[in-house]
Amino acid sequence: MPFIPHTEEDVVEMLASIGASSIEELFDEIPPSLKTGTLTRVPPGMSEMEISRLMLERAQADGFYLNFIGAGAYEHHIPAAVWQITTRGEFYSSYTPYQAEASQGTLQLLYEYQTMMASLTGMDVSNASLYDGATALAEAALMAVRQHKTSRRILVSRTVHPVYRKVLRAIVNNQNIEVVETPFCPESGQVLPEHLEQFGQEEFAALVVPQPNFFGVLEQVDAITDWAHAKHSLVIAVVNPMSLAMLTPPGEWGAEGADIAVGEGQPLGIPLSSGGPYFGFMACKNELVRQMPGRIIGRTVDLDNKPGFVLTLQAREQHIRRSKATSNICTNQGLMVTAATIYMSLLGPEGLRRVAAQSHANTLQLVEQLEKLPGVKRAYHGPCFHEAALTLPGPVSEILQALKEQHILGGLNLHEHYPELNNTLLVCATETKTVNDLNKYSETLGQILKKYQ
Amino acid sequence: MLIFEHSRPGRRNYSQSPATKAEKQNIPQNLLRKSPMLLPEVSEMDAVRHYTRLSQKNFSIDTEFYPLGSCTMKYNPRACNALAMLPQFLARHPLAPENTGQGFLACMYELQEILKDVTGMAGVSLTPMAGAQGELIGVMMIRAYHEAHGDKNRTEIIIPDAAHGTNPATAVMCGYKVVEIATDKEGNVDMAALKAAVGPQTAGLMLTNPSTLGVFEENIAEMSRIVHEAGGLLYYDGANLNAVLGKVKPGDMGFDVIHINLHKTFSTPHGGGGPGAAPVGVAERLLPFLPVPMVTQEKGIYRWLTEKDFPQTIGRLSAHMGNAGVLLRAYVYVRLLGAEGMNRVSEHAALNANYLMAELRRAGFEIAFPTRRASHEFIVTLKDIKEKTGVTAMNLAKRLLDKGYHAPTTYFPILIPECLLIEPAETESKETLDAFVAAMKEILLEIEQQPDLVKTAPHNMPSRKLDDVKAARELDLSWKPN
Repeated sequence: MPFIPHTEEDVVEMLASIGASSIEELFDEIPPSLKTGTLTRVPPGMSEMEISRLMLERAQADGFYLNFIGAGAYEHHIPAAVWQITTRGEFYSSYTPYQAEASQGTLQLLYEYQTMMASLTGMDVSNASLYDGATALAEAALMAVRQHKTSRRILVSRTVHPVYRKVLRAIVNNQNIEVVETPFCPESGQVLPEHLEQFGQEEFAALVVPQPNFFGVLEQVDAITDWAHAKHSLVIAVVNPMSLAMLTPPGEWGAEGADIAVGEGQPLGIPLSSGGPYFGFMACKNELVRQMPGRIIGRTVDLDNKPGFVLTLQAREQHIRRSKATSNICTNQGLMVTAATIYMSLLGPEGLRRVAAQSHANTLQLVEQLEKLPGVKRAYHGPCFHEAALTLPGPVSEILQALKEQHILGGLNLHEHYPELNNTLLVCATETKTVNDLNKYSETLGQILKKYQ
Repeated sequence: MLIFEHSRPGRRNYSQSPATKAEKQNIPQNLLRKSPMLLPEVSEMDAVRHYTRLSQKNFSIDTEFYPLGSCTMKYNPRACNALAMLPQFLARHPLAPENTGQGFLACMYELQEILKDVTGMAGVSLTPMAGAQGELIGVMMIRAYHEAHGDKNRTEIIIPDAAHGTNPATAVMCGYKVVEIATDKEGNVDMAALKAAVGPQTAGLMLTNPSTLGVFEENIAEMSRIVHEAGGLLYYDGANLNAVLGKVKPGDMGFDVIHINLHKTFSTPHGGGGPGAAPVGVAERLLPFLPVPMVTQEKGIYRWLTEKDFPQTIGRLSAHMGNAGVLLRAYVYVRLLGAEGMNRVSEHAALNANYLMAELRRAGFEIAFPTRRASHEFIVTLKDIKEKTGVTAMNLAKRLLDKGYHAPTTYFPILIPECLLIEPAETESKETLDAFVAAMKEILLEIEQQPDLVKTAPHNMPSRKLDDVKAARELDLSWKPN
């Protein structure tokens, strides 16, 4: 049942104006041999009531769980106002703001977003967002290679999100850029200066530094940043924006600060939603701005000298430069950034600090409780933000299944991404978890683990 | 006024963050943030008012007609949004086990199957997060295919000059050299140019059909034969799929790989510039290279297909499975439409476009390809008007804003001088189209009688014409407190 307003009378009048005898005649330039479009596997249309029933049943079948999985996507409270405003038709159904005078709402919002992200990351400038954290990292690597000019190699810590590293390789390999991985310390869960030494003689366009890293552990970012800068590599920071309410922002790492900061924007008001849509953010130093991909909004004035906003530096982009563009990227994640900007405005600096601090405290509390269970201990002694790796006295997949039976999603099994890590579980407790939730997890896990003693 | 200018130190929303400051803390001093964060300190009502007012400075489909060529700005049914935002769907963690998401996975599996049927392709992956990423993934599969056949000398991608800018930019991102070919007088690809460009170095041809000139590429079967005989593959840019939905399947036109812009044909929101979603479909021979994850079904149980199932996959191009929430919206839309509805979509898109073209021609506008049918869009050129009066396509576009219509696509495709690419989409009524024609006629009269009014447009918008040059020269990309 399509959304078509035409009455039979309209169709007759319109065909008469065109001078066609039927709608089918409008397709007469298509060779008949190609008109094979009969849809055999598309089911008949439904009414809104019918599809609502179906979707509700499926949603209810999926249900709700007490979730302790993080690993790149984090459950935070989202104020009701965020999505009520974001889904207003004027934001939801507007087009990319090419017609600046008819898009001042979106453009001003994006300028405010750029301001917030630049400040949060401690960088000079932010773009208007990219697809997600993983592709933002790949774009940052391409940007670093363009800037560096002599090296086509990227050094990446193995503590960076494993899927981000896969996406990075998939994208940059097309341009014959090599990705080299550094090991990490099996005791602290960090990349230590001694792990970098073996790369001292080699040239790299950039070093990728996560903070916190995939294990939730905080890296020694100052020393690593200075090491990379000393050998004329750029530093790409991969950061969780929520953590930046507590942690030193990339712009202040080491003596000179990271050169590019990227990450997954999802913690800022975006629902988990099975993995998307999220948004990738990217901020950089001033001298790199012309190498930055994606939309960038600038403040300017109109004919009456009144301030207004436009897409700027478009000479970098595909619709102008075509094959010479900095990237093929054509959009940002507009609606997601709308939500994130409203989220940051509602939380403010103190609100964001409290959410970050409570997430950190809840994770410390959870780890403390779980470590009291026999055979459970922290896998790494490095300090953590709101996630931690734990070794368990039994097989993680079996234990997770048992927790799931009790409606708890207990975390992520690290074995799939790190084959050397057996019986290791990654857990996360954000501000959404209450004392009761933490107790329920530790008590339930205690019951399950009895079997492995 | 910016949100920062509403800010007052110490103001905050007590109900939106933990009531107490957490005490437990174990972060080394040297890693703790010392610099302030430039976030506004406003009340919830301040923020709600500010962003509601900002929204009112936008044009949107919900408020205005967008005859925006090649963008398919159709109505976004509200049910698609409401049902994709059911709380269980929103709460589901991407790494939650498959057995906690069978309802969600069922929707994704069925969407894959429906898109296979619509495109006539053997396999579909839903992961691409935008049209440009769909293109990148499509061209990566072409590259993977040639490499898997030890065919390392194919270094070129052929692209018609009318193509979207993303096509050449994508080919370069994939490490290819771009060979541009010309368009003939009737708006078709110049076959002699194609034959001259094709050779053993050809990796593939990227094509939009109907093209961005608003016409159906009549020689497509012949083009397909030429490229395939030379060992190249055919890429279909699905930007204009709405024009042939349910009529023609790209797979039957000989295409090997396609991306489908769900934010165009399948009515997911443009959201002020994203998020999009652009599933890729492939013919049999490219199946092994599809990006993971995908969804499969065995005995009514849904599960992810990963690298283990597809060892030759080009890999992962997103952190999770792509823009799941956008895919859910598209799923609801295709179920609402059904097979019959899809047929009617392309029919009425074509009806609206051809009607609008006929009426604008009658009103005195010059049509770029007057002997051709409009597909679901067509081009008006203001070349003569500019020569006589100095009024440009951009001037007319800005004047349309004053009259409550979003501008058509301007200066694209670049080979048509002073062009407006107009696509009304099937969801607009005859009354809206008639009112648009009336507004265009008014502007034509204004161009004759008071051209300066048109040249200095817009006049009734939140901003007058904005200074792009100043914006690029004196970069102001973030607000600084005084």
